Amino acid sequence: MLDKIVIANRGEIALRILRACRELGIKTVAVHSTADYNLKHVLLADESVCIGPPQSQKSYLNMPAIISAAEVTDAVGIHPGYGFLSENADFAERVEKSGFTFIGPRADVIRMMGDKVSAINVMKKAGVPCVPGSGGPLGDAPEENFRIAKDIGYPVIIKASGGGGGRGMRVVHSEAALLNAIAVTKGEAHAAFNNDQVYMEKFLERPRHIEFQVLADNYGNVIHLGERDCSMQRRHQKVVEEAPAPGITDEQRERMGARVVEACKAVGYRSAGTLEFLYQDNEFYFIEMNTRIQVEHPVTELITGIDLVKAQLMIASGEKLKYTQKDVKLTGHAIECRINAEDAKTFMPSPGPIKLWHAPGGPGIRVDSHIYSGYNVPPHYDSLIAKVISYGDTRETAIARMRNALAEMVVEGIKTNTALHQEIFTHAAFRSGGQDIHYLERRLGLK
Amino acid sequence: MDIRKVKKLIELLEESGIAEIEIKEGEEAVRISRMPTGAHAQVQPAMIQAPVAAVAASAPVAAAPAAAPARRASEHVVAAPMVGTFYSAASPGAKAFVEIGSEVKEGQVLCIIEAMKMMNQIESDKAGKITAIMATNGDPVEFGQPLFVIE
Repeated sequence: MLDKIVIANRGEIALRILRACRELGIKTVAVHSTADYNLKHVLLADESVCIGPPQSQKSYLNMPAIISAAEVTDAVGIHPGYGFLSENADFAERVEKSGFTFIGPRADVIRMMGDKVSAINVMKKAGVPCVPGSGGPLGDAPEENFRIAKDIGYPVIIKASGGGGGRGMRVVHSEAALLNAIAVTKGEAHAAFNNDQVYMEKFLERPRHIEFQVLADNYGNVIHLGERDCSMQRRHQKVVEEAPAPGITDEQRERMGARVVEACKAVGYRSAGTLEFLYQDNEFYFIEMNTRIQVEHPVTELITGIDLVKAQLMIASGEKLKYTQKDVKLTGHAIECRINAEDAKTFMPSPGPIKLWHAPGGPGIRVDSHIYSGYNVPPHYDSLIAKVISYGDTRETAIARMRNALAEMVVEGIKTNTALHQEIFTHAAFRSGGQDIHYLERRLGLK
Repeated sequence: MDIRKVKKLIELLEESGIAEIEIKEGEEAVRISRMPTGAHAQVQPAMIQAPVAAVAASAPVAAAPAAAPARRASEHVVAAPMVGTFYSAASPGAKAFVEIGSEVKEGQVLCIIEAMKMMNQIESDKAGKITAIMATNGDPVEFGQPLFVIE
C-alpha cells in the first residue's frame, strides 16, 4: 500500500480522497492555496503544505509547486482528483518522471483520450459506436467541409479536439452558417486550448447523456460498473445525476459494458475512467472519455457497493482488482444533486461565510461535502459546496428521500441552488425519467 | 501539528537556554524538555498521535504556521515564494549568504530554495539589515512561510 500521498485538489473531492486514504492507512499531505488554510481536509490531513496564492494558475495548477510539496514531505504518490491537473498528460508524466506514482492512467493514455479526435478513432477501432462525423480534423478547404457536412446531414456540431466537457462547440443548422462557425470555433479553440484543431459530428437533437464507469488495474483486468444518466444539465454542466439510467435494459448494459471494457483493454487503461455517450433512438454514440474520478461517482458506489476512490488507491499501490465482472451487481437506485453556492434563479455565484450548515440525514442519504458552520466559501474556485446523494430500492424511493433531504438541509449565509433542485424533483417529466440533455434548459426557459 | 514544527521547536530549545517548552495548539499539546546532562531534547511520547481536527462550530483553527509575532512598521518580512527545501548557503560547507546583522541590498541573494532538483536563488525585495532568520539550512518550506526579517 502507498505510504503517503499528496492530495492535489481541494473542496469536497479532496475530503473524499482523504477519507479513503484514512481507511487504507495512507498518510495524507494536503496541498492548498493561501485561500484554503481552513478547508476541512487541510485541517484533517496529517501534513499540509501551502503551495501558492489563491489563483489556481499559481496553486492548484502549479505543477512544480505540487511536485515540490511531494518531495519535501517524502510522499510517494499524488492523487489529482477531478478538474485542475487530473487530465493533464504533461503533469502525469512529470509526476512519474520525478519518481512519484500518479494515481490515474498512464500519461500516454491520458494524452490519447484528451485529444477528442484520437479518442474517437481509438474507440472506433475497438468497435465502440461513435457519433457519425468527419472522422478526423477539418481542413481549410471549404468545398471539402461542405461535402462532409452534407454526408453527415444537418444539423452538425463543430467541436474543438482539445476541448471537451461542453467547451469549444458550435451547432450549425444550415450550409450558410457552416464556414463561419468553423472559423469562429477554431479561433476560440486556439485561445482556450492552444490548439485550433476542430472536427465535425452529427448534432443529435434530443439525446440523453449516459456514461459508463470502468475500473482497471495494472495487470490488464478491466471491469465496468454500469452506467449513469447525467441528462439534467445547464450549459453543459451536470445538475442532477442518477444510476442506473432509467429504461436501459440489462441486455443493453451488458452489450455496451462489454464494448467499453474491450476498448479499455485495447489501450492499456489503468485506474478509474468514464466513457460518455449520447443516447438517442435506442442507439449509443461515444463522445469522449474522462480519464479520472468523476464528481458523480457516488451514485455508482451506492448501487454497486464498490468504493471507487479506494479502488484507485489500491490499484496505484499495485494491487490486483479484487472484483471480477461477475461480482458487479447493480442494486437499487441512486440520485445525486450538486449543491452550488449560487443564486437558484440567476446562477450568480454566492461566495462568503456560511453562518449555519445543517446536513440532511436518515436512511439512504449520503452527503459528500467539505463545508461547516463558519466556513468561508472563497470566490476563487468553482461553486460546488456539497453533493447530496439519495439511495433507495427503487427510483421512486430515491426521489422521495432526496425531496426529504433537500427540505431538511440548511445553508445560511450564502445562496445555494437548493430551490432549483427542489423544483426539478416536482417536475412530472423528471419523475417519469428519461429526459434529454436539453430538457432542463427548455423547461426553465433558459434556451 | 506536523513533524516539521516539532523539529523547529527542538532546534529552538537547543539554541536557547530554555530548559523546557510546552506548546498547545487547539486540542494538541507538545512538551519538550532538556535532559539534565544537556543531551538531546526529549519529546514526550503522548504527543505522537494523529492530529485531531479542531473543526469548531465557530472559528476554525487555521493550519497556518505558529502565530507570527506582531511586526513593527520598519520590519519587512521576506516570505518563501515557492515550496521547497531552504538552503542558507550556495553549497554544503560554504559560507551562508547572509547572517543576522548583515546589510543587504535590494536584489541581493538571501538564500536558495530547491524545488524539483532546481536551485532557485531567492532575492531580497528590500534593502536593510537582517534582524531575524526564521528557517534553518535543510528545512522544508511552504509558500508564504516567513524566512527573513529586514529592517
